[in-house]
Order: sequence, then structure tokens, then C-alpha cells
Amino acid sequence: MDKLDNQKIITRLQDRYGEGLAVIGEPHGLLTVAVNVETIIDVLQFVKEDPELRMNYLTDITAVHYPRQEQEFCVVYHVYNMLQDVRLRIKVFVSGPIPTVPTATTIWHGANWMERETYDFFGIIFEGHPDLRRILNMDELDVFPMRKEYPLEDPNRVDKKDFYFGR
Amino acid sequence: MSKPVTKITPNAAVFFDNDPQDELITLNIGPTHPATHGVFQNVVQIDGERIVSGVSTIGYIHRAFEKIAEHRPFYQITPLTDRLNYCSAPINNMGWHMTVEKLLQIDIPKRVQYMRVIVMELARIADHIICNGILGVDTGAFSGFLYVMQEREFIYEIFEEICGARLTTNIGRIGGFERDFNEVAFRKIEEFIKRFPPVLKEFENLFVRNRIFIERTSGVAAVTPEQALSYSWSGPILRATGVDYDVRAVSPYSSYEEFDFDIPVGTTGDVYDRFMVRNDEMWQSLRIIEQALDKIKKEPVGVFHADVPEFYLPPKEQVYTNMEALIYHFKIVMGEWETPQSEVYHAVEGANGELGFYLIHDGGRSPYRLHFRRPSFINYQMFAPMSSGMLISDAIINMSSLNIIAGELDA
Repeated sequence: MDKLDNQKIITRLQDRYGEGLAVIGEPHGLLTVAVNVETIIDVLQFVKEDPELRMNYLTDITAVHYPRQEQEFCVVYHVYNMLQDVRLRIKVFVSGPIPTVPTATTIWHGANWMERETYDFFGIIFEGHPDLRRILNMDELDVFPMRKEYPLEDPNRVDKKDFYFGR
Repeated sequence: MSKPVTKITPNAAVFFDNDPQDELITLNIGPTHPATHGVFQNVVQIDGERIVSGVSTIGYIHRAFEKIAEHRPFYQITPLTDRLNYCSAPINNMGWHMTVEKLLQIDIPKRVQYMRVIVMELARIADHIICNGILGVDTGAFSGFLYVMQEREFIYEIFEEICGARLTTNIGRIGGFERDFNEVAFRKIEEFIKRFPPVLKEFENLFVRNRIFIERTSGVAAVTPEQALSYSWSGPILRATGVDYDVRAVSPYSSYEEFDFDIPVGTTGDVYDRFMVRNDEMWQSLRIIEQALDKIKKEPVGVFHADVPEFYLPPKEQVYTNMEALIYHFKIVMGEWETPQSEVYHAVEGANGELGFYLIHDGGRSPYRLHFRRPSFINYQMFAPMSSGMLISDAIINMSSLNIIAGELDA
């Protein structure tokens, strides 16, 4: 079998999805594409089962918050073809007060905790997830701490004020 | 952004109320149970000695590293990575340095790459020693653990000689190492590859053909390759199922492609196979260290970092006398270096599996977003589902053979 390269992946995906798929670039050789939230599960299923792509290993799911963009949240999937060592990064941009993405647990069992972590930190709802609860933070937390509007430290704390140190 | 409107109700059963009429008993294993070897909890429902179902609760030592990393310059993130898998901190450090070097497109001299390989393989041995030793303790054999623990101590002495620290090493810098390995370090590494094989051989003799150990571990928690891949397993536990996926071989970094080593795989994916895979990996690591020592001798002496003054902290004595060094020092410490906007995913083979760093950089002082793909976190999610129907004692050794490190679990 020929070596799978990024150009081949692009052709293969564009044959199927056409306009619904945008190529973002290849930073450091890792092909990055963006798809619609409606088609994401179909894309993941396709890259997993397609005999040429065979990206059957879900490396990671995470999210990024871009507060200045119209589409505020970006859910990032890394999938991997371990036979030929080819990675693919798939991005989905979502927005709204309750950003919602369909779950990938129907394709990989391993997506379960990755999606729970993403929900826990970014508040992205994975529709159809069997057990979408907080995982690392405490259950009572009512914010999603990795969003950019939450500062690292409490801005009201006084124990670091200069005058306590004679400055 | 407004606060979330919907509140998600947990629909997984968390059984805290014990019904006296019920035949099932709820048992808490953890958060601070000796068998968990770390701070995480499993609430299991048991019928006699058999686990009916279980729920894992994690996050007890969550320290928000990803949030902290968004507010720190690159070189201040290295100490955070120490505290992920603290049994093999140098691998995390090196993985982070290589991620930044990939972003900045720095070419690392061969000698530095070999030095890194030595440090990473020593760390891998130290981690596997712990895991296999503890597995022995959990199955009832304490002495093997103590034999190999002495060698782990020796590895920590080598780290101490190289960087001054033992557990949370903060070893190396972006672009290389902070100083060359000294004479003592090289001597100790050479001594280690002489003194470790007999100890490992003795350790093997205690376990590999031991009837009690085999009956205790063989066939316990067997996992098929399909299940393992579906759960995104990686590292020794994936290789124990027969999938020969090792980042060092499949997508080599730090010149691993120049080394001659085998990837041990198991057949059934049970606890015994995981033990054997880790055990054989220690032999392979020794082979790699030997080759790296030979290769270092052929490289120019005294090269221990790349020639990138804009990213590599200058020596202190130059900072006080040389103006360029002072400028670079100031720029690096204040995070004023010029960095490209890009995103990088870099994976290294950690002791537990694929340790990935996903870095999005917008050219500022600190990463825009940094995500750690932590093998323990991803490997552990199968534990609760696979425990149903298992004996408690089997679940305990299953947990210890997964080698869950709480720091890596929670980040």
C-alpha cells in the first residue's frame, strides 16, 4: 500500500464532504481540517473505517476557547493511523450559550472521559453522552474554569498586595 | 459568557446509601486506601467478594496545570510537567522541551539527543521498577520490591548528579541541558548498566516462573486488542494485548530511530503479560542506554545544548559581564522572546503510554492553550467497566498493573 500523505487525506475527505470541509493548514506536518458540527460524527466514523485512511485510534479530544471569535469554542479531535504513523486533527467550531457537539462515544469507548474532561473545563455539552458529569473539578462548581474569562487567581485577594510587604 | 443554564444530573449510579434489605454492599476503595497507590476513589458494589459494578471518582489532586500553563512562560512550565507522572519526571520534562523545540524549529545536536535518550530510559526503568515491584507487593511478595528499590535509588542518584534534583527533576532546558553530564554522572551510568542486570535477573527469578505469582496474575483482567484500542490505551498495557505500538519506534523522536531495540508484546493482555512486557522493556532500555553511551563517545565533547542564544539561558557568569548575554537573559526571563504562532502536537513514549503535548501558541509570553494527553487518565477509564464480575483482590492487582499515577491522572 502506498504511503498515506496529507494530500491524499485531503482528496479523500473532499471527495466525500466537498464544501463541508475546510483545510486549515499543516502546522508542523500535521494536517488540520475543520468540519461542521452536523457532520463531525460522520467524519470521525469515516476516517476510522475508511480502508485507505484507517485512523482507528482516537488520541485525544480537547477544546479551545476563543472569546473574540464569533464561533467561540473549538473542539479538537486528534485521530491517528498507527500503521503508517499519520495523524489528523479535526476541529469543530461551535458557539451559543450552551455549545453542543454530538458525542463520539458511539465510535470509541475511550471518548467517554475525554469528553467529560472537555465538558468539565469548557462546558461543552456532548449530546448523547452516557454519563456527562464533572470529572476533575468538584461537582458543586458552577463555572467552567478553562474559559478565558476566568482569571487564574482571585483578583480580590489581598495577601499579595504590595503594602503588606513594605513596598 | 453567561453562566450555564442547564445543570446536568448525573445518571450514573453512585451508590452511597446502603439499603439494609439489599444483598449488595457498597465499599469505598480509596481515596486514601493503600491499594490505590495514589489519591483516587472507587466506589464498588460487591456481592460477597465479587464486584458487581463500580464508579471511579478522580480529581482529588487536580491542580489546574493547564490553566496555570496559560499564564507562565515556556521554561516555567517544565516544573509543572514534573508533577504529572512523578515516577518518571524526566520523560515529561524532555517531552515538553521537545514540544517547544518543535514549535521553535530548533535543531538539537546529536550528543544532546543521546543524553536525553539516556535520561529518558533511566526514568523508564525507574518507573517500571516501581510498577512491577508494587505488583509483587499486591500479590503478596514483598522482597522483590525491596531488591529493586535499591536500584531505583541509584537511578535517582544519577539524576541528582545530572541536575541536582531527585524526584521532581526539572531536568534539562529548552534547547538542551543546563550543564554537561559530569565525570561522576557518566561513571555512575556505566556502573548502573553493570550492576542492574544481576538485580533484575534476581527479581525475575522471584516472579517469572513463580507458581503463586502466575496463578494469581495469569488470566486476570485479560483485554483484547480491539477493546484496548477502542479505549485508546497506549504504552505497556496496550502492548501486553499484542499491539506493537510504541511511539519510540512508530514515530521516533530524539534519534530513537538510530537505536537497535525490540518492542516486547504480550498475547492475552492479562496482568501477567503486563508484568512481562514491563520487565522486558527494562532489558531493552538497558540496551538503549549502552548504545547511547557508545554513540556519545563519538560526538564532540562538551556539547550539551543547541546554539540558540535567544531561547537558551546564558551562563550566569556571562550575564554579569557580557551585554548580549544580559539582554538575552532579560528577554528569556521576562518572556519577551519572539516565537511563531502555530500549533504543535508532540508525543513521547512515557512510562505509561503516549504522553502528548498539544500546544497552541499565539506568539505571546505564554501558551494560548496547552493540553496534556495523559496516558494514565485515558488508560484508567476502562478500570471500572472491566472490574464488574471480578474478585476484589483481582481488581486490586489489575489496578496496580495499570500503573495509575495520581499526578498524571488528575493533572
